[in-house]
Amino acid sequence: MSQSQSQSQSQSAVPEQDPSSARPTRRAFTLASVATAGLATLSACAESQRDDGGSGGSGDDGGGRDTFVFGGSADPDSLDPVFASDGETFRVTRQIFEGLVSTEPGTTELAPSLASKWEASDDGLSYTFTLQDGVTFSNGVPFDAAAVVANFERWYDLRGLAQGEDLAYYYRSIFRGFRTNDDPALGESLYAGSTANPDGTVTVNLTRPFAGFLASLTLPAFAMQETGAVEAGGGNGADGSDPRQSAYATSGPVGTGPFTFSAWERGQQVTLKRNDDYWGEKAKVATAVVRVIGDGTARRQALQNGDIDGYDLVAPADVETLESSDFQIQNRPAFNILYLGINQAYAPLGDLKVRQAIAHAIDKEALIGNALPEGTKPATQFMPDNVIGWNEDVTTYEYDVDKAKQLLSEAGQSGIDVPFNYPTGVSRPYMPNPETIYNAINQQLSAAGITTTPVAEQWTPNYLGTVQGTTQHGLHLLGWTGDYNDPDNFIGVFFGAATNEWGFNDPGLFEALADARTVTSESEQESTYQDINEQIMTLLPGIPIASPVPSLAFAPGVEGYTASPVQDEVWNTVSVSDS
Amino acid sequence: MLTLVVRRLGLLVVVLFGLSLLLFAWVRALPGDPARALLGEKATPAGIAAINERYGFDQPVWQQYVTYLGRLLRGDFGASINTGQPVVQTFTERFPATIELALAALLLAIAVGIPLGYLAARRRGGWLDHLVVGGSLLGVVVPVFFLAVILKYVLAIELGWFPTSGRQDARIDATHVTNFYVLDGLLTREWDASWDALVHLVLPALALGSIPLAIIVRITRASVLDVLGDDHVRTAQAKGLPRAIISRRHVLRNALLPVSTTLGLQAGALLSGAVLTETVFSINGIGSYLFDAVTQLDYPVLQGFILFIAVVYALVNLVVDVSYGFIDPRVRVS
Repeated sequence: MSQSQSQSQSQSAVPEQDPSSARPTRRAFTLASVATAGLATLSACAESQRDDGGSGGSGDDGGGRDTFVFGGSADPDSLDPVFASDGETFRVTRQIFEGLVSTEPGTTELAPSLASKWEASDDGLSYTFTLQDGVTFSNGVPFDAAAVVANFERWYDLRGLAQGEDLAYYYRSIFRGFRTNDDPALGESLYAGSTANPDGTVTVNLTRPFAGFLASLTLPAFAMQETGAVEAGGGNGADGSDPRQSAYATSGPVGTGPFTFSAWERGQQVTLKRNDDYWGEKAKVATAVVRVIGDGTARRQALQNGDIDGYDLVAPADVETLESSDFQIQNRPAFNILYLGINQAYAPLGDLKVRQAIAHAIDKEALIGNALPEGTKPATQFMPDNVIGWNEDVTTYEYDVDKAKQLLSEAGQSGIDVPFNYPTGVSRPYMPNPETIYNAINQQLSAAGITTTPVAEQWTPNYLGTVQGTTQHGLHLLGWTGDYNDPDNFIGVFFGAATNEWGFNDPGLFEALADARTVTSESEQESTYQDINEQIMTLLPGIPIASPVPSLAFAPGVEGYTASPVQDEVWNTVSVSDS
Repeated sequence: MLTLVVRRLGLLVVVLFGLSLLLFAWVRALPGDPARALLGEKATPAGIAAINERYGFDQPVWQQYVTYLGRLLRGDFGASINTGQPVVQTFTERFPATIELALAALLLAIAVGIPLGYLAARRRGGWLDHLVVGGSLLGVVVPVFFLAVILKYVLAIELGWFPTSGRQDARIDATHVTNFYVLDGLLTREWDASWDALVHLVLPALALGSIPLAIIVRITRASVLDVLGDDHVRTAQAKGLPRAIISRRHVLRNALLPVSTTLGLQAGALLSGAVLTETVFSINGIGSYLFDAVTQLDYPVLQGFILFIAVVYALVNLVVDVSYGFIDPRVRVS
């Protein structure tokens, strides 16, 4: 339409006679001068905030680069780890904060951190920590026994919104209660109080023994923060606001770690600077950046292109491509479990013989070869072998199709048909490709005369809602990644109470698990949980399948990154060079 | 001209008022509960009630609208439920990325499209003409998303000429003043930062610019062909005016009128195309943010951002209308 309009206009047009051809030039000149003047004025009030010497492109000290760029999959939730339960938040806060206890790099073993040593009382009700000397928070406030007490009290005193499952998730699940519980689901807190002793040590008292207490302190959620800065920045959500949105949690976190917070450009990156006053081994790079790239393929491409120096959760299919072009692949020691869930409330699945038949029908080795990353170990129980209480002699169900068929006929079932739920469009550390895993298991089951009806659902919100929130499911795929080395963090989570997911009620097992939480020594824990693992594998509520190995990928020049089973990865040892 | 501007601005106010009402109803018709989206599946009733009270979601909808409108009139767009950041602040952080991209795409389309369309018309039927007509057809039919992925794969991953994602190298310590990264580098004299931001813009701008480029080429070509056959051009040629003057003053100037109308209409297409391009190149513009806002049911962000975008769209079209006056003085008179 605009075309025909212009036609009629231009037909009637009288060509403009411009007597002075200099006019537009003069106008252009004036415009240009105004623009230049404007730019100059703006530029006068826009000072570069770069440090002297600059820290741009690439540093020049011995071929090393002074920036380490890691590709993350999402923004952190906030910068205050107390209110987080996701890996992307912890990836950032582990660089800024430290806990009393951490893990030996690359293992789940406890290691000293801000506490140089500790001692538990015989009754398991009090723990005394000796603190590192000469540690200060990045704002200059000394880290001492009083600071530790202030942190424990801060968590205990959280109120309202801050107590919610989505916020103080780990405090709720470990400590089980606050000074004043605003949620009726909470009970008496595990925390009884703490004191700063005259000799500089700090004692934390518990209301009941908890075997996993020290191990749980390795969680980044329980890192030490400068509570003065927290208070000043509104980080406790005292006015009823969401503490994750406070000035402290979005732009002012203060810890003792090897890096300090510099900037957070949402949706783009979090920038950290080296803490030059760090008490431990100072960071090799001056700047560490977590770059947000949501898509897994895009992360791989960014690494190949040199935009980032490393990323997490490499897709199994990409491992070979990257390795063949000189990128480094690091396998994180598996600390997870993938299982085939069985809902006993669904008609024939309540029969032990049917469940045993399913167990014998599955060839875990073949499944791993088909659908899981190299290096993955088959599982015999509902935890990986590096967790306390793993039982070497647990009852196992070897792959035997004939036995499976025989068990089915003994159960009076010549062939069964059950729904099989699996998620789509998702990749979890324990389940990189659910569709492939489903197909492999389904084929094996049908060979033994067990027919399944596939029910594919989106991961959120449908899938978990169906398999954990309803009773309408038969078999399903799910798994779990451990947070710290405590068996309760695996089998306590799965079988601690009657749930829709498993559809059975076994008060004996529930009680055994509740009692096991309160044993005080690791050796006692070991034998108690070995017994429980046997109990579970005899009951056979599901089939533990494997502990898939998650991988990280790095550019050739990256050195000093130690992958940790519990993702306790601190970047002060990382260096980057051009190569 | 002034009356036109004033009248259009007055109309804009009316449109915005209607839009605010529609938006308000629309975001509340989205399924789900923002408090639950914020606090998660296991939120307690007390937590949900606290959030609802805090944001006024416990009041009748009409009352919420009145409160909202009252704040809007005072220039208060509220804060994101999800991040707690004021909507205006987030917008000024995010929108420059989208605008920078859209402007780069548009500049590219104009700088390449107009000369190409002009040359094609002048050499009608020649190889360039065929190439331009065929190429522009391809430009229109190939989806932006697909082109972005292809460009990224070939030029960034295979050849390594350009970065694959983001707006600036994470290793560059750049000062941000306006959040227009190219401009920021110029203002602060951090030339490397400016150059790097420009390099990051090339592929997204190429992808996003493909559609306006194709359209501009076609319209310029058609329009120039039109004007070339006009009497006044023939008269000018008969007068013996130099070819350059005829081209510039008599042909191009008349031919550009329909082109500039197209540009205004392209602004909307550019904004929506930018959202797709942002996804492919991991650019933190408004696209990804709006997407999150929809999934999180972040009412204030949805309402605020869409209103802002409407204002920008309306203003761009106003500027285009006013620009007619400069290209064609007759419009000024009428």
